[in-house]
Amino acid sequence: MILATSFFQDHHFIEALYIVAFALFIVGLRGLAGPRTAPAGNRLAAVGMLIALIATLLITHVIRTGGDVALMAVGIGVGTAVGIPAARSVRMTAMPQMVALFNGVGGGAVALIAWVEYRRRFPGAGGAHWDLKAEIPSLFAAIIGSISFWGSNIAFAKLQELLPGRPIQLPAQRFINGLLLLVAVVSAVILASGTHSQALFILGILAAAAVLGNMVVLPIGGADMPVVISLLNAFTGISAAMTGIALDNTALIVAGTLVGASGSILTNMMAVAMNRSVPAIVAGGFGGGGTTPAAAAGDEDRQVRATSADDVAIQLSYADRVVVVPGYGMAVAQAQHAVRELMDELETRGVNVDFAIHPVAGRMPGHMNVLLAEADVPYEKLKEMDEINPEFPQTDVSLVIGANDVTNPDARENEGSPIYGMPILDVDRSGQVIVLKRSMNTGFAGIDNPLFYNENTALLFGDAKESVSQVVAEVKELG
Amino acid sequence: MDILTDIAILVLAAFVGFEVISKVPNTLHTPLMSGTNAIHGIVLLGGLLVLSSAAGALNKVLLVIAIAFGTINIVGGFLVTDRMLEMFKGRGGRRRPEEDRAE
Repeated sequence: MILATSFFQDHHFIEALYIVAFALFIVGLRGLAGPRTAPAGNRLAAVGMLIALIATLLITHVIRTGGDVALMAVGIGVGTAVGIPAARSVRMTAMPQMVALFNGVGGGAVALIAWVEYRRRFPGAGGAHWDLKAEIPSLFAAIIGSISFWGSNIAFAKLQELLPGRPIQLPAQRFINGLLLLVAVVSAVILASGTHSQALFILGILAAAAVLGNMVVLPIGGADMPVVISLLNAFTGISAAMTGIALDNTALIVAGTLVGASGSILTNMMAVAMNRSVPAIVAGGFGGGGTTPAAAAGDEDRQVRATSADDVAIQLSYADRVVVVPGYGMAVAQAQHAVRELMDELETRGVNVDFAIHPVAGRMPGHMNVLLAEADVPYEKLKEMDEINPEFPQTDVSLVIGANDVTNPDARENEGSPIYGMPILDVDRSGQVIVLKRSMNTGFAGIDNPLFYNENTALLFGDAKESVSQVVAEVKELG
Repeated sequence: MDILTDIAILVLAAFVGFEVISKVPNTLHTPLMSGTNAIHGIVLLGGLLVLSSAAGALNKVLLVIAIAFGTINIVGGFLVTDRMLEMFKGRGGRRRPEEDRAE
């Protein structure tokens, strides 16, 4: 084949394509600011990715000289064959673990590339490619990527309930985590300063970071998962950007940094919404799995009031305004469609129904919104915390479905409570509160909720989906 | 390219990222996360670049795995985000007039 290096393979043309790709990423992310523009935004970002991919394949040495097209095709083919069915079939309730898994493979790819980079540049193995400018970011990428891969896998296993969701306490974990981080950093410094040992790379960098990733996520309780998932997302983004510096590729730098920035913002928002610092969450073990502070100090005489589906139906039907507060319990029970049906029934009776969404309700940022959107609850009915809180005093009935800690008035009033200071939904200020719960177990934080003992609170025990369906049936019977 | 140029690009991209993401409402945080998740699958390009100059079976195997991982990240991430966002739009028939006015 006589193919001169054409215009399309010119370095500047490829950089120009990358710039088009960045623009599409940024415009796409901007589109995510509203539900109308979001689908187009996501597709624009995907087109940007395709352009960046084509540009990379055009780079002279990638395919034209020396590139192994068959192997590339195998990798991309396998990835597509796995990715498409996984993305198509995953249920909306399983979205947090799917995102964790996709995030993990990204981190894994970074770590593997960094490993090959090390092997390739290793002077003993024929490579005169040793270059500090490339090697330092590559080592950094290896550490972060490996933490992200293993951490995400543990997060996946916890969310998928392959591992218990409660915090798993390991002895002296903070000390060991610190030590592991130190090992990884010192190994990186030794390698970067010119001592070459692949064993040190594998053990000191990849393995130490892998154990660290496991150790950091294992002790984190289910309620803290939104923070962990966004933190790991930021990690993978940053590690991709570092790979970009190592490979001198602007597409990786820009895309990775955009993700790193977005993940950092989200992580911070989640932490603020729980009134806790990111380091405290990463240190883990919140609410200390075993002992429940719930059983403390003379609470035995407090009574809860149990109610029945027909009572709930009457209360809801004759209300002017109802606010539904969904939590992880709604996701577990797959109750979102029943909840939508309840909303429809009540609205035909002239009841005004809104949804109050706490920023950390569920297991990932915005988890409840996805489920309710799946059930066709209009976007405008999903109210954020700051918007809905002033409206609770004018609310006749608050219906709490499988949410606990985000409604706990102790966060507002009891300075001794572990969650004191966390912003909550002020459901206790509404006329009546109905709480749908499986049992009297405490929430993930393992903290008692005084809301349940209030005079205006009634509890409807049972599976959230069944309870809601019964209430719907009763409402229909009221005619 | 000069490493300082690379770092300059990184810093500017970080500021753009902060600006753009701050405007996304809580409600859309899950699609935002899975969408950005798909974007960091761009490491796929890194895999392709390194593969072109890699020698040896182990290196190649590692890179093919990395490329497959990156592809899963991209393809899965964008698809799943698309599925979620279609739900936020509301499906045919159930769309209400007041919904169409918003946004």
